[in-house]
Amino acid sequence: MSNNSLNNLPEGFKGMSHDMGSDQTAFKGVQWGKVMMWIFLLSDTFIFSCFLISYMKGRTSTVVDWPNTSEVFSLHVGGVPVPLLLIAIMTFVLITSSGTMALAVKYGYEKNRKMCGWLILATAIGGLTFVGMQIFEWSKLIHEGVRPWENPFGAKQFGSFFFMITGFHGTHVSIGVIFLFIYARKVFRGDFDNGKRGFFTTMKSDYVAIEILGLYWHFVDLVWVFIFAFFYLW
Amino acid sequence: MDEIQKKEQASSTHKIGIYLWIWGLLFVLSFFSYLVDWFQFQGLLRHSLILIFMFLKAGLIMAFFMHLYWERYALVNILLWPMTAIVGFIVLMAAEAKYTVFTRLLYFFIGG
Repeated sequence: MSNNSLNNLPEGFKGMSHDMGSDQTAFKGVQWGKVMMWIFLLSDTFIFSCFLISYMKGRTSTVVDWPNTSEVFSLHVGGVPVPLLLIAIMTFVLITSSGTMALAVKYGYEKNRKMCGWLILATAIGGLTFVGMQIFEWSKLIHEGVRPWENPFGAKQFGSFFFMITGFHGTHVSIGVIFLFIYARKVFRGDFDNGKRGFFTTMKSDYVAIEILGLYWHFVDLVWVFIFAFFYLW
Repeated sequence: MDEIQKKEQASSTHKIGIYLWIWGLLFVLSFFSYLVDWFQFQGLLRHSLILIFMFLKAGLIMAFFMHLYWERYALVNILLWPMTAIVGFIVLMAAEAKYTVFTRLLYFFIGG
């Protein structure tokens, strides 16, 4: 649908009832793949919510003291413990990669192939750095004796929630990194300029795919915002 | 470039400034939430600051990086309303957790 006809539609809640009741495409001006990605992200939101809610329940209902995350996740820099240093760096790395992704989407729509490709590559490298630091964090904690069933710092539930929540998030990041590399290659090859067909589909490639990929990547960043707040800071 | 194409491009891309602004704000907010731990704020102040910075960051990412601010209400509402169910779930589980800790204290320490 061209934007010309979109501009003639009512806006806001009036627009919503118009779109929903139009007895045809409800999501006007939105490519179906984008709607599907949003629906997937909504379901993923529920999965992560369940993890964080069970963490809340576990942490509130234990009668043993919860480990002090500020100390557990501190790094020693020159012999001085800096609280949550690695987690803070991971947060900044993920936000940086989210920023480069947002710019990649912008340049994609402007059909700036080179800029878009390099920014996706930068995003992928940011994601890879994040996963690397998470591996470091995991091995450090495992080395210190943290297991899903016990840990030397306090309540036993700490380990299982830590591995489950950060592990599931790390899996999302890793999958995102793989797709970022695949799409960086596609962009550089010019698939989105000449409308080459992708695998598993007869549809022509379009730069909207970069926005869909971007939605997934921003969601990974979004989930980290909540994990950072509830698991590491709370 | 004809008129329709121009219009399409204008609505699907935004000025680079807005992305850089949001990016900068996210950095600042993340830094602030790190400072909450750095200065070891405790109690209500800690929790409210964590929540404020968290929701601000989440809102900025969803509105501008994920383009929800520019989407039509049909999509925005179909995404945001189901999330209110999460709030209900949190309330239920918080009540459940209180009960669990009550029974644990009762049977582990006092002895039922």
